[in-house]
Amino acid sequence: MPDGVLPVLDVRDLTTVFHTRSGDLHAVNSVSFDLHAGELLGVVGESGSGKSVTMMALIGLLPSPPAVVRSGQVLFGGHDLLTVDKDTLRAIRGKRIGFVFQDPMTSLNPVFTVGFQIMEPLRKHMGLNKSAAWTRAAELLHLVGIPDATQRLKDYPHQFSGGMRQRVMIAMALACDPEVLIADEPTTALDVTIQAQILELIKALREKSGMAIIWITHDLGVIAGIADRVIVMYGGQVVEQAPVAELFANPRHPYTRALLKTVPSVHGQRAARLKVIEGQPPILRSAPDACVFLPRCAHGFGRCAAENPQRRAVGVGHDLACHWDGETEDG
Amino acid sequence: MVDTLAEPPPPLVQVRNLTMHFPVHGGLLQRRVGAIKAVDGVTFDIHRGETLGLVGESGCGKTTCGRAILRLYELTGGSVHIGGTNIAEATPDQLRKLRPAMQMVFQDPLASLNPRMTVASIIGEPLKEHTRLDKTERLARIHELMDQVGLNHDFANRYPHEFSGGQRQRIGIARALALNPQFIVCDEPIAALDVSIQAQVVNLLEDLQDRLGLTYLFISHDLSMVRHIADRVAVMYLGRIVELAPRESLYSDPRHPYTRALLSAVPEPDPVLAARRNRMILTGDVPSPAHPPEGCNFCTRCPQVMDICTTIDPEFREVEPGRFVACHLLTEPKNNQQGSLL
Repeated sequence: MPDGVLPVLDVRDLTTVFHTRSGDLHAVNSVSFDLHAGELLGVVGESGSGKSVTMMALIGLLPSPPAVVRSGQVLFGGHDLLTVDKDTLRAIRGKRIGFVFQDPMTSLNPVFTVGFQIMEPLRKHMGLNKSAAWTRAAELLHLVGIPDATQRLKDYPHQFSGGMRQRVMIAMALACDPEVLIADEPTTALDVTIQAQILELIKALREKSGMAIIWITHDLGVIAGIADRVIVMYGGQVVEQAPVAELFANPRHPYTRALLKTVPSVHGQRAARLKVIEGQPPILRSAPDACVFLPRCAHGFGRCAAENPQRRAVGVGHDLACHWDGETEDG
Repeated sequence: MVDTLAEPPPPLVQVRNLTMHFPVHGGLLQRRVGAIKAVDGVTFDIHRGETLGLVGESGCGKTTCGRAILRLYELTGGSVHIGGTNIAEATPDQLRKLRPAMQMVFQDPLASLNPRMTVASIIGEPLKEHTRLDKTERLARIHELMDQVGLNHDFANRYPHEFSGGQRQRIGIARALALNPQFIVCDEPIAALDVSIQAQVVNLLEDLQDRLGLTYLFISHDLSMVRHIADRVAVMYLGRIVELAPRESLYSDPRHPYTRALLSAVPEPDPVLAARRNRMILTGDVPSPAHPPEGCNFCTRCPQVMDICTTIDPEFREVEPGRFVACHLLTEPKNNQQGSLL
């Protein structure tokens, strides 16, 4: 990255713990990353790897209790989002940082029309009056590719299909021209043909508005097609970060390598047998003092059990948290 | 081996013109006002020991099709022969005797396992119902099944919530295997699982097929996983099969425009390939199965739609040995000139 260009969003050392009845759960452990203007950052990981919780924590959407942000800084527009007062946070959330949730059925309110829900941020944050907000809402619906936009504003969420609802969610997130859009598995619940439509839409919108996007997914195919840079999460930690081409061409962390091999392809070579990662993702009852991937790792050695690896740079924009030097080629 | 010209063995499962309509009631008197045509005339065979993949988007009727084949619904029309018996017309007594040979693995392992039953009682229930094994024999069989699916049998007395998603799906598979079935309908068995766990379950299903000679109908929306596990693949759209072909020919040379669009929409986990691809983006949504369009079901979204498509329903026919397609582009060579220009 060029020197002197400050990232729009800078997350440092974010740690979040859930207090549950069966003990503490260390969901996010010292996560650091940054996001530059116009960039699309992909976040990959399995369920329970802490990707959603990280994003919820950084914009203060986690209910506390049970969640407690133990440490960290989230720098955005000169504020630390973890320490600012509620009003400032509210003014940023929904206005300067937009959020698209995974499930469009449960994140839209079924008793209000879609138009009312898109107008809400416009009236709260932008101070538009009712008719101006209505016009803008129609524009937004049109922008995300819903035909008959003005008519459909009067419809309720159940009158839309899944793909349409997700477009409505995107329209709401885009309502106030956010600088950062956080999209949490926005296409996971959708069919592939609809997913392809949404991905094209996001690419086009990004070119038009230049906003920075964080795209959370477990689908490596989606990441390959859309992201500029990728962070891979496992056990509440960032285990590898690299530009997208570099990550797929030269994955370094044993988890990333294994993950790339477990995914069958529609176009490439068909493997006789799928590679598997044996074992289960960890449940962290205490802060990790060993490598979180060690129980499933093919390359683990003494040091991995004694010390949780810190992220170290291995190339331009490429870093990973692993003690293994990758000299010996794996199978 | 003696006579190579002998007739090939008849397929284990023969589905002919299977139709499953669900009534829609409305109005003041809740009269029948229409029907959801979930499955609308589906025909295919599944051979012994093979895996037929059934793919399509949500709402296309693939799950209904799988359930109808096992007669979990009363069929609206058509026939389903499994091992020679017409399931659609079997009496309840006959059906009960046939049940052990045909089993199902469900999509959501948590919803399809009773939370109040232990693993041993879940796997043992079909044995209790259909066999005369005594308690010790039953327990021995439960342990054997748990070994087969890779579950530690020390966990036999635990409850489903104590297991992870992948392990729960293994419990569901063990239950399906309990009565030595010939045919298993796997309804999205990996959809609820994480990427790294999906591969474990798919490998298990393949191992079991090799070892026990099972025949699968593998229902999934994941085209890349179906390419891995299936021998032949059927593509469904709005209650109909639009294309059925051996795996390699379907993926390398899809004939139906919908199959092409579907394959092109699958994200490629390789940025170099992904950038080079020419994606074919379909517009619009799937029409409602209560009011399917006139003519070809796909005509509202088809990029190569012709006049004939909006009036006449294309026939599902064999275009070359083993390949079936329902599309006017392939069946009407005279009208094809305008189509080929596209």
